Amino acid sequence: MLRRPRRLTLLGVVLWALRVGIVAGVVVGAWATLTSGGLSGGTWITLLAAGLSQGAIYALIALGYTLVYGVLLMINFAHGEVFMLGSFSGMFVANALLSADGFMVSYPLVGLLGVFAAAMLTSMLVALVLERVAYRPLRRAPRLVPLITAIGASLFLQYTAFGMFGSRTRRYPPVELLSGRVEIFGFSFQRIEVITIVAAVVLMALLFYFVERTRTGRAMRAVSEDKDVAALMGINVDRTIVITFAIGGLLAGAAGVLYAFLFNRVDFGMGILPGIKAFTAAVLGGIGSITGAVVGGVLIGILENVGPSLLLFGLGVPSPNQLRDVVAFSVLVLVLIFRPTGLFGRKENV
Amino acid sequence: MQKYMRWSAALFVLMLVLAACAPGDTGASPDASEPAEESQPAAGEDPAAVCEADEFGCLEVAEGDPIRIGTALSITGDTSALGLDSQYGAQVAADQKSEAGGLFGREIEFIHEDAGCGDAATGQTAAQALVAEGDLLAVMGTTCSRTAVPAAPVLGQEGIILISSSNTSPTLTDPEHAEYAGEFFMRTAHNDLIQGAAMATFACEQGFTTAATIHDGSTYADNLRAVFEEEFASQCDGEIVSQQAVAVGDTEFTGVLAPIADAAPDLLYYPIFHPEGTLITQQARSFPELDGTQLAASDGLLGLQDLIDQAGEAAEGFVASGPACAGDEYDNTFRPAYDALSGEDQPLSVFHCHAYDAVNMMIAAAEEVGIEGDDGTLFIPRQAFRDAMFATSDFEGLTGTLTCDEFGDCADPAITVSRIENGAFVVIWPE
Repeated sequence: MLRRPRRLTLLGVVLWALRVGIVAGVVVGAWATLTSGGLSGGTWITLLAAGLSQGAIYALIALGYTLVYGVLLMINFAHGEVFMLGSFSGMFVANALLSADGFMVSYPLVGLLGVFAAAMLTSMLVALVLERVAYRPLRRAPRLVPLITAIGASLFLQYTAFGMFGSRTRRYPPVELLSGRVEIFGFSFQRIEVITIVAAVVLMALLFYFVERTRTGRAMRAVSEDKDVAALMGINVDRTIVITFAIGGLLAGAAGVLYAFLFNRVDFGMGILPGIKAFTAAVLGGIGSITGAVVGGVLIGILENVGPSLLLFGLGVPSPNQLRDVVAFSVLVLVLIFRPTGLFGRKENV
Repeated sequence: MQKYMRWSAALFVLMLVLAACAPGDTGASPDASEPAEESQPAAGEDPAAVCEADEFGCLEVAEGDPIRIGTALSITGDTSALGLDSQYGAQVAADQKSEAGGLFGREIEFIHEDAGCGDAATGQTAAQALVAEGDLLAVMGTTCSRTAVPAAPVLGQEGIILISSSNTSPTLTDPEHAEYAGEFFMRTAHNDLIQGAAMATFACEQGFTTAATIHDGSTYADNLRAVFEEEFASQCDGEIVSQQAVAVGDTEFTGVLAPIADAAPDLLYYPIFHPEGTLITQQARSFPELDGTQLAASDGLLGLQDLIDQAGEAAEGFVASGPACAGDEYDNTFRPAYDALSGEDQPLSVFHCHAYDAVNMMIAAAEEVGIEGDDGTLFIPRQAFRDAMFATSDFEGLTGTLTCDEFGDCADPAITVSRIENGAFVVIWPE
């Protein structure tokens, strides 16, 4: 690591004061909360489990942002809608297979695989169509243009879903396999939370294997380092970009099903907030970095759930959970002040 | 020659100026007076004079044109069940009138604007859009109290009444309060001073001694929980063991429920909306400590099919307070018409009767103050219409006998508490 010459500037002093202030605030808040004894040990475990499962979903969506950014240097703002449409198609399949009169209700595991497959394939198709229709024609355009297109595509998909499915919230049929609680290490967890975390870990492990160990994965990494050189080396850049979108879509579809089971809601606007949070997670982790997206997602999830209680409860802030987004986004701002490239970001992407 | 030219040019300019001024002198009176010249006063009243005297002038509806009522309800998004419910209720009243020959022989038509629920600003936008639309008899809305706060003054400035079927926050009709909605706001919905007290009485009668509350930062929820907390303490020395708040749009409530679970209260009161309220109902079940806790909410969630569908098993035993609407007229006349309008995809909340009554009040007031000109134009003086609406008394509606006070509270409130039993709301209190 290079040591930069240090000069005492006004900005430097302010930043150091900020750093000290934050650390002091965190320590004081956490200390006050923990010594107040207002929340039991079981509560912390519950909050942590909620944070981890939600974070796992953010991470799955964030991977889609980060992969696409890696190869195209653009933010696919319609990714939240890819997630939403996957969740919808999963719901229709789930209602056919797993509701009380569904024909897979006695084989819930097979039925669930069907639900995941439907959601993931739908999301993948939507992502591919997006790439072909909205982004590929603009690949040589200035960087702002695909960004605006992405926002347009996002609204288009949202209101298409609104027109097709209406504005009401729906839900997946209750599945015995996913409800109830399990005991792990003497602590009681919601089964769906544990399943969400496990499923996310499996998917991420597969992704890592794919990117690090396969030829196509190597091609993806090459394209993300330099598109033109990769093309000169005989890599089919278009194909690689298509595969990247497909993978992002598959992960978003899986996230859509997990999210719908976790929160029991499917509606046309469901992609907005998780999309923003996942984008935040990707930026927090360092956009373009796969590890960064995973760490960022989990971090945002945990901060959102544990942060308000840990930092604000002890300070006597009334109803701290109303401020969960403040806590989560403050961390983003701080990370960007001190590490503009995010936690795992590469310098050349800035 | 040149001199003449200059003089004649000057003269020409002078004539132009005079010509431009001339119509101004004769046309000083506004358009409103024009029909007066052609029409003879009907029934002893001169519409021109009446409109002239009225502070906000008249709503004019040409012969054969429909009378238009605006709506500013929450008709898309999470709370659309509430808004559409009122919309269909209002539509039933208008359709009945139109079929029975109409209001002054005219059909009643609606102009819908989405006022939303989660954000006060959308209420203001909807009100401005309706003002821009122009020529509205009155506006029906809003769905959520917080959107009424900015919407009512925008309409009031134009002399247009905002009448709500579901704004229940006490502050809206309290002139001392910063959220007072003004002199052109009125409601057929009950005031939450009554609803909060009813829930407290119910809790006391059940023998509950501790309660926790959750609000979502909205005008409605924050006031309702405050009234409940005060009444719960004064009626039976009930103790509030935890006060929490959530943000609209949250989906994960573990952090809010965890400290409440630690306190394990007898009653958990969360007078908020769908879907946050639905999700809390659902997620509370994942805390074994809350198994003995009665989950309770208010009319924002009462009767909501979305809640029953979504929370499923978890919703069993949940109670909500709110108005009741029943009787022969409801069953035989209103409900079939409502069902036909709302179709299969029924939102069905509990405020459709209030919306129905509100529109019927408008019709009655319009018939009282409306004047038909000779050419068939209908004149409804706005201030007089407002005064007639506020003077409504002993009005027999579906929700009871309505009498408006000077601040716009018109309801004949009868609050009941209903419990979800086997997937349906059943009235359990008062017994």
